[in-house]
Amino acid sequence: MENKFNITGAEAITLALIEEGVDTVFGYPGGNNLPVYDSFYTHEKEIRHVLVRHEQGAVHAAEGYASANRKVGVCMVTSGPGATNLLTGIADAQLDSIPIVCITGQVVKPQLGYDAFQETDVVGFSMPVTKWNYQITTASEIASVMAKAFYIARSGRPGPVLLDITKDAQTQIIEKFEYKKCTKIRSYHPKLKPSETAINEAATLLNNAQRPLMIVGHGVLLSGCQDEVKELSEKLDMPVASTLLGLSSIENENPRFAGMVGLHGNYAANMMTNRCDVLLSIGMRFSDRVIGKPEKYANQAAIIHIEIDPSEVGKIISPAVGVVSDAKSALQKILPLIRKSSHISWLNQMREFQQKENETVVNENLSKLRMGKVVRVVSEKKKGSTAVVADVGQNQMASARYFNFQEGDSIITSGGLGTMGFALPAAIGAAYTKKFKNVVCIMGDGGFQMTIEELGAIMQYKLPVKLVLLNNNYLGMIRQLQDLYYNSHYYFGEMQNPDFVKIVDAYGIKAERVETLEALSPAVERMMDYDGAYFLEVRVEKQENIYPVIPAGKAVDEMLLTPND
Amino acid sequence: MNRKYTLLIYTENHVGLLNRISIIFTRHKVNIESLNTSPSMEEGVHSFVITINTSLAQAEHLRKAIEKQVEVLKAFLYEEKQVIPMEVALFKISTEGLKSGNSLEKLIRESSARIITVEPEFLVIEKTGTQNDIQDFLAQLSDFDVREFIQSGRVIVTRPMGKLKDYLLDLERQEEK
Amino acid sequence: MEKVLGADAVLLSLIEEGQDTVFGYPGGTVIPLYDSLYGKRDKIHHILARHEQAAVHEAQAYAQVTGKPGVCIVTSGPGATNAITGIANANMDSVPLIVITGQVGSAFLGTDAFQETDVFGLSMPIAKWSAQITKAEDIAETMAKAFYIAVSGRPGVVVLEITKNALTSTTDFVYKKAPVIRSYVPYPEIPGEVIDKAAEMINAAEKPLILIGHGVLIARAEKAVKEFVEKSGIPFGTTLMGLSALPSDHPLNVGMLGMHGSYASNMLTNQADLIIAIGMRFSDRVTGKTSGYGTKAKILHIEIDKSEIGKIISADLSVHGDLKSALSYLTPRIEKKTYNRWRKEFDKFYQMELEQVIKKDTHSDLPLIQMGEAVDIVSRKTSGDAVVVTDVGQNQMVAARYYKFKHPNTFLTSGGLGTMGFGLPAAVGAAVAQKFMPETNKMKNFPVVLFTGDGGFQMNEQELGTIIQEKVPVKMVILNNSVLGMVRQWQNMFNGKRYSETDLINPDFVCLAKAYGIKAERVELREDLEPAIQQMLSFDGPYLLEIMVDKDMKVMPFIAPGSTVDEMKLVSND
Repeated sequence: MENKFNITGAEAITLALIEEGVDTVFGYPGGNNLPVYDSFYTHEKEIRHVLVRHEQGAVHAAEGYASANRKVGVCMVTSGPGATNLLTGIADAQLDSIPIVCITGQVVKPQLGYDAFQETDVVGFSMPVTKWNYQITTASEIASVMAKAFYIARSGRPGPVLLDITKDAQTQIIEKFEYKKCTKIRSYHPKLKPSETAINEAATLLNNAQRPLMIVGHGVLLSGCQDEVKELSEKLDMPVASTLLGLSSIENENPRFAGMVGLHGNYAANMMTNRCDVLLSIGMRFSDRVIGKPEKYANQAAIIHIEIDPSEVGKIISPAVGVVSDAKSALQKILPLIRKSSHISWLNQMREFQQKENETVVNENLSKLRMGKVVRVVSEKKKGSTAVVADVGQNQMASARYFNFQEGDSIITSGGLGTMGFALPAAIGAAYTKKFKNVVCIMGDGGFQMTIEELGAIMQYKLPVKLVLLNNNYLGMIRQLQDLYYNSHYYFGEMQNPDFVKIVDAYGIKAERVETLEALSPAVERMMDYDGAYFLEVRVEKQENIYPVIPAGKAVDEMLLTPND
Repeated sequence: MNRKYTLLIYTENHVGLLNRISIIFTRHKVNIESLNTSPSMEEGVHSFVITINTSLAQAEHLRKAIEKQVEVLKAFLYEEKQVIPMEVALFKISTEGLKSGNSLEKLIRESSARIITVEPEFLVIEKTGTQNDIQDFLAQLSDFDVREFIQSGRVIVTRPMGKLKDYLLDLERQEEK
Repeated sequence: MEKVLGADAVLLSLIEEGQDTVFGYPGGTVIPLYDSLYGKRDKIHHILARHEQAAVHEAQAYAQVTGKPGVCIVTSGPGATNAITGIANANMDSVPLIVITGQVGSAFLGTDAFQETDVFGLSMPIAKWSAQITKAEDIAETMAKAFYIAVSGRPGVVVLEITKNALTSTTDFVYKKAPVIRSYVPYPEIPGEVIDKAAEMINAAEKPLILIGHGVLIARAEKAVKEFVEKSGIPFGTTLMGLSALPSDHPLNVGMLGMHGSYASNMLTNQADLIIAIGMRFSDRVTGKTSGYGTKAKILHIEIDKSEIGKIISADLSVHGDLKSALSYLTPRIEKKTYNRWRKEFDKFYQMELEQVIKKDTHSDLPLIQMGEAVDIVSRKTSGDAVVVTDVGQNQMVAARYYKFKHPNTFLTSGGLGTMGFGLPAAVGAAVAQKFMPETNKMKNFPVVLFTGDGGFQMNEQELGTIIQEKVPVKMVILNNSVLGMVRQWQNMFNGKRYSETDLINPDFVCLAKAYGIKAERVELREDLEPAIQQMLSFDGPYLLEIMVDKDMKVMPFIAPGSTVDEMKLVSND
């Protein structure tokens, strides 16, 4: 970019965003970011601003945008409550490694620390949940700090970066504005080369494996190595399981796909984890939801852990071989060393497990008006690439288990923080990327209410998002836990709900309710064919529990298929 | 098993970094026993020396979590036998009732402490040594009227012969372009 | 002794502290608490909010109305992060709250386990005190400490993060209230000579002005202040948060201070020769440009929080201590006086404001309804017997300016943090407080009236669900101008009317309320306004009244940022 002269700090912020290729900003104006909004006014052709209805919506939308687009998502809010309202989304992005840059306005520098109106210690309280944060108090820092922010957010293991910019920095004049993208920071080495020894050891283990299993995590999608995953799986004839956030790395129909691991994952994926002899885990962090009881996790297996973040290697599970590297470059180095193999009986074992799950759980769920059934019908009726944006709780597990991910599809959901209310605003963000033909948002009644106000943004910007509400009038997952562990004391899980269809009507969004199994299919079809936003409330069975489940404190292969198991 | 470990951390000189590092300890419920921060040999690079009592696994995890911070150049973890530690303590002793200087002077000499200033009302003694040396010395001063006692965080040099600059160069080499 | 579960210990502690209501939202790590609540549901009511942010605002309003600390229970991870805005808000406005958050089992701390966040770390800068409890046997002691710290001295928010294993293991339960904390002295002794000096200063002043802040309401020192004011005969102004401490129609009241306050109190701040600040902190919204504040005045600052004294405005004399005691020493030492000539100066400015602003705001002849008209009608119809709750922005300032308060603690608003979305949940919290009040409390049957804008209402609109579940008769007045009014006012005045991103396309609020089974009506014409308000107030149950108002209305008078209090503009230039 050519240098600019005598511009305001606010203008510099906008120009920096443009330089970083940002085309959409989700935000909410307020007293201390007004100068930036004034600058947006002049640049509305280059940067689209999406006015959300609550700052939490802005940050989740930025997350949804980043996840769908594999680009940095940006949100812009004011100081004080604007900033504190972001916190949940920032923490969410941190745990799920989503690259976002959050810009908060701040009171003028002389007022810092004096409890001025809408002043909060944003840098202080966001420290535990950001990859990096910084307070800008003079306009001259804006260019270099913004460049650094974008670089840190997207490089290595991506994550949230927060910039707190005082109002006087926004109004000061910069004599000369020069923008250079950041490519290097002395103290920060986001992408290390995998050690050759580790690569060789990993290849040897894999070549000698009799029952190899691969688990793919979010890192596979973040580094974009789906092709390498597939190639390796074919070459070695190795089944592939996935974490919640790794779903869609490989199509569900792939004959070697073993399903999802973890708490409410698939029977095969979990049972095989404790039966394989070599476990290749890629871009995942062995979260407690994945591993069940850590002492009993894959003890029989030699574990290879490919992971970009060195602090994750050995944090929970000590691997036989740790490869600190970007997933893609590690796989590219391993692939040439791999001999073609075949593991027919091991794959047959997988199919037996899958059949058992189908017979005891899946088929029954698909024959009733249950969450899984609704998700499966959506999956069957969709035409073209689809982003499944799932909220948290039973609806999330049903989405993960019953959506049939094909090439081009993707799941976007809150994994680590488990943020109820994530889905609706994240779907808004995803809708702005145009990466998918359909954006389907699947929610429960509890989570939907948490960010229900964002229906306003869907209305204002006419976003063709398909909203599916799986309504059981309960905080379903809580009720399930109370059912399992607390003698069915359903306390406070039951909600007195409004008429959701009427609410959506109030926003001028097309809405429909389904109460019978027969009505489901045609209704989903109407929704998917409709040109515009559409809301479908499905009254699902009230006391449905999600099975299979790994009971608390149990090993992955102690998974229960049914309550009586 | 819990043991004493020392973390030596090299960082950029950045506002708020102390907070970023300290919350890592809070989050893991590990108490910081001693902390010292100072400039290092390299221009613009600061060093933190932090002593903790914890398990090796926890200490190593903390080291990684610290090194992960953007402004942290490098973090090292040392066991007791790998470091040569020192601490400094100052003692303010009332001169009133200090009858014959003899016994105090003798104690100072024998403990390799030194008097750094003498004022009409008090004198100040400096003692450099390990945590134990300083505690022993404080105990021996029990006969005197100690009005103030303050001790610095631990500083260390390490037995391994690496040089900060080499570590930094090494990091550069490992980076994937 | 009988062993109890950690979860039971938490609730037993609440009962020991005389708490009967908690606000919250269940989640994985607090299920043991909810299971324990199930067993004690006859002793402790639980109010299920629809978002944790709202639960905290509700608890705050509950605390302000009842005078007891508010209690919330939220889960770890997103539950805790969602609570942050509410925590920061209550802490900035010095309201005592205990926020209990779940946490993963202590073995999982620091491992990024599911729904694990460093609540302790992130709440540190915005809470009065935070603690993490990892063992059941620490619960009783820490809870006692938490309550003591939350309510004593300058009250604030205490965040307690309790790991799941602490909730599920057993412990003995012994509870000792108000433990001694050696590093914490909330009520310092006030030396007699300071009181003497203060009395001297007051007695010598010719143009004194009293500023009443939130501290008066927090310390429940309204009576003491009333006696002090009336004996002294000194005119008083109140901060936004100090409103309702004394009746609005008190003859010595000269109006609200600060940015959108009254013309008289601001213009004359710089004529006063003595400013007596009682329980307030000279926030930037009150002082305007500090170097030009109280230029002719000596400052006497009576305040419980020592760090506030001299922080913004240096005091010539400070009385550091509890307001009630300070005033009880001070009042007998001051002379009974009247300041007739000085008070006339206020009248002069008041008349200007009355003619040029107030009459136009409350009895407008413009084609569109003004916000002030609605507030004025509600004020007249309730004659001060109401709990008034506002959101943030123009609706807040107009309500603060035109509602005439009669009883202490009947005005709830977000002062320091200025949290849009505070209003609706706060109104719910106030109504819940009333629900469990004894009949003897005169506030029990006051209507709770919320004034909110269309932007702020949407920020927590999900709480309509809590209204129907709890069956609380909140009266909601949406002053709908379909813009972010206050931001737009600034864009009008400072950004050359470049209205960037302040237009809102809104849902049909009446239809929305009806989806919740709440009675609702929309008013667009002036002649329908009064009957509609009457109908809302006489309706038995929750009610939403959407009033379409003029988006070009500006809240005046106004002290522009960077101006001094006496540079206040009475009317806008266009």
